[in-house]
Amino acid sequence: MPTSDGRFARFAGTPGYIASGPLVDAVNCAIALERPLLLKGEPGTGKTVLAKHVADGLGMPMLSWHIKSTSKAADGLYVYDTVQRLNDSRFGTGDVSDIRRYLKLGPLGRAFAAAKRHVLLIDEIDKADLEFPNDLLRELDEMRFTIVETGEEVVAKERPVVLITSNNEKELPDAFLRRCIFHYIEFPDPALMRKIVAVHHPHLDAKLLDQVLVKFYWLREQPELRKKPSTSELVDWITALLRAGLSAAQLEAHLPFVGTLLKKEQDVDAFTRHVARGGRLPASWADLGPRYNQ
Amino acid sequence: MFLDLFYGLRAEGVPVSIQEWRALLTALEQGLHGSSLLRFYHLARACLVKSETYFDAYDRVFARVFEGVEGAVDDAAVARILDWLRDAKDLPELTPEQLAELQRLTGDELMRKFRDTLAEQTERHDGGGRWIGTGGRSPYGHGGVHPTGLRVGGPARSRSAMKVAEERRFRDYRTDRTLDIRQLRTALRRMRQLTRRGEATELDLDETIDETCKNAGEIELVFRSPRRNDVRLLLLMDVGGTMEPHYEPVSQLLTALHEERGLRDFQAYYFHNCVYDHVYTSGLMRAADAVPTGDLLRRLDERWKVAIVGDAAMHPAELLEPNGAIDPRKASPTPGIRWLHRIASHFDRAVWINPEPEDAWDAWPTVRLVQRLFPMFHLSVDGLGAAVTALVGARA
Repeated sequence: MPTSDGRFARFAGTPGYIASGPLVDAVNCAIALERPLLLKGEPGTGKTVLAKHVADGLGMPMLSWHIKSTSKAADGLYVYDTVQRLNDSRFGTGDVSDIRRYLKLGPLGRAFAAAKRHVLLIDEIDKADLEFPNDLLRELDEMRFTIVETGEEVVAKERPVVLITSNNEKELPDAFLRRCIFHYIEFPDPALMRKIVAVHHPHLDAKLLDQVLVKFYWLREQPELRKKPSTSELVDWITALLRAGLSAAQLEAHLPFVGTLLKKEQDVDAFTRHVARGGRLPASWADLGPRYNQ
Repeated sequence: MFLDLFYGLRAEGVPVSIQEWRALLTALEQGLHGSSLLRFYHLARACLVKSETYFDAYDRVFARVFEGVEGAVDDAAVARILDWLRDAKDLPELTPEQLAELQRLTGDELMRKFRDTLAEQTERHDGGGRWIGTGGRSPYGHGGVHPTGLRVGGPARSRSAMKVAEERRFRDYRTDRTLDIRQLRTALRRMRQLTRRGEATELDLDETIDETCKNAGEIELVFRSPRRNDVRLLLLMDVGGTMEPHYEPVSQLLTALHEERGLRDFQAYYFHNCVYDHVYTSGLMRAADAVPTGDLLRRLDERWKVAIVGDAAMHPAELLEPNGAIDPRKASPTPGIRWLHRIASHFDRAVWINPEPEDAWDAWPTVRLVQRLFPMFHLSVDGLGAAVTALVGARA
């Protein structure tokens, strides 16, 4: 069904990353329209990892820009190291006459200046100041900026594929959102989760996997949980179970290494209380809600 | 039909602009939807909707606009068709001529023909070009080829767009529903007015360079104080009586505010129905907890932001008459409305947050009176966001 007109590079997932159809479509849409792709979703659903796999899948180099609360939009373009220059001029250690020596391109600047098309990850954009995304509007739109100190203009030879992740800590400005393609990574359903686990643990016993997933999704359904366990925690948990050599039968009535799944003290407490009260653990999918038994 | 989607979304309050609409059209021109309604559903959502909180509205509009494009056949018929379609036969190779022959139908025609065919068909068909079946060239069925065909059933390789839209899995992400603490915090985080106060611990680069130049190259470091939030918040809360049903959202708001460390200062007091001579430091409102409202106004200057949480639903006398307080021990010669007026005029910015839904406000004359003094917002993520903007944002 897909139209393979070959007019632009297409991402089709990689063996190391199981992407849902809509996600693949969203990535390709962003590539085709040359707009940034904004990714949101529960922590641990693989937002950041996606960028690396998009880069691998498309055979492009990747640049990442990890945003902190102190990040400024200008830092992504270039930084003028005035203190170094001042220092050099004072001690005569460098060639102060050439200002270019003190201009360092940031991740965005390097992606523009590069001869090859890059994948650029702007990670956790919501960590920065509220105005941060607005300051990047023109740069992301036109893919060009001017270095004020030299008057030079950096123009992207190849428009980078821009992926932006957000954890929803702050509302992003409308003007910025209008320019993005948006995808919300939903928490994987058991079928997709099986494929994801298979990537990390290809030789896992089917019965054990079933037990693991029943327990995992049951845990996620518990309303009193403050932090739901995520995919990466599930993978860690399976690793721990395999190292300990536990079998599916042993897992039926127990939930060992619960600390790999529950990270909040209150959650571990609530779970321990549930077990102490003689609360049942689910043994099969039938013990879970109708959502899992269609 | 497509424009209905655009205006439907706008009517539901989803902020969709022409820019995004054009992006979608460009994407469609490039064939990114792959002639599948499900992929179109995801593509249009990626282009038009920029927050998961609007996914539910999108689902509703999509289901409405594209109703009848898929589905719209009764359940018994669906079961019968699915039976014909079980264990699909492999697709025969088609010559280019055959492919070209396949009629390109419009959505409406296709649907009409589908219904007609369905009425005539009585048994299973595999291959062929007319009936609903598998491995064929008819526009209906699955595992077949038809350029504008209708996929009917089949193993869950992909799900139907209408099914996905009708499931409305994103109902939980709507912002107009009542809140949880995490969402509240996101809304409250915008309560920021950054100023420089306190100890100078941050290197001021520009000043350092200026001073160093003036100092003939001898480095002179200049420090300044980091930017801090300057918002001080006074919260006044109505407790008891008509507020009882709203206990949950109000207590969540209070929890979120207590956990909000960004605020420079935060104080909370309680009242019942209306503010009179005293407010109380605890929800029990014992005489020992009383703080004179006048003291509060003297102690806190006009820079404090005030948020009053209450339903403003009371007997008009409680608001307008002297000694109007419902509890005779708290009687005061000053009518409640005078106190509210004093609060509104003393402080620079004050808002009223009402846990009742907006359409219920008009039922109470006292709500309308209070609205003249304070801008009123609903206690939801959207409402709280607007209230925060009214408290710290630029004046409209």
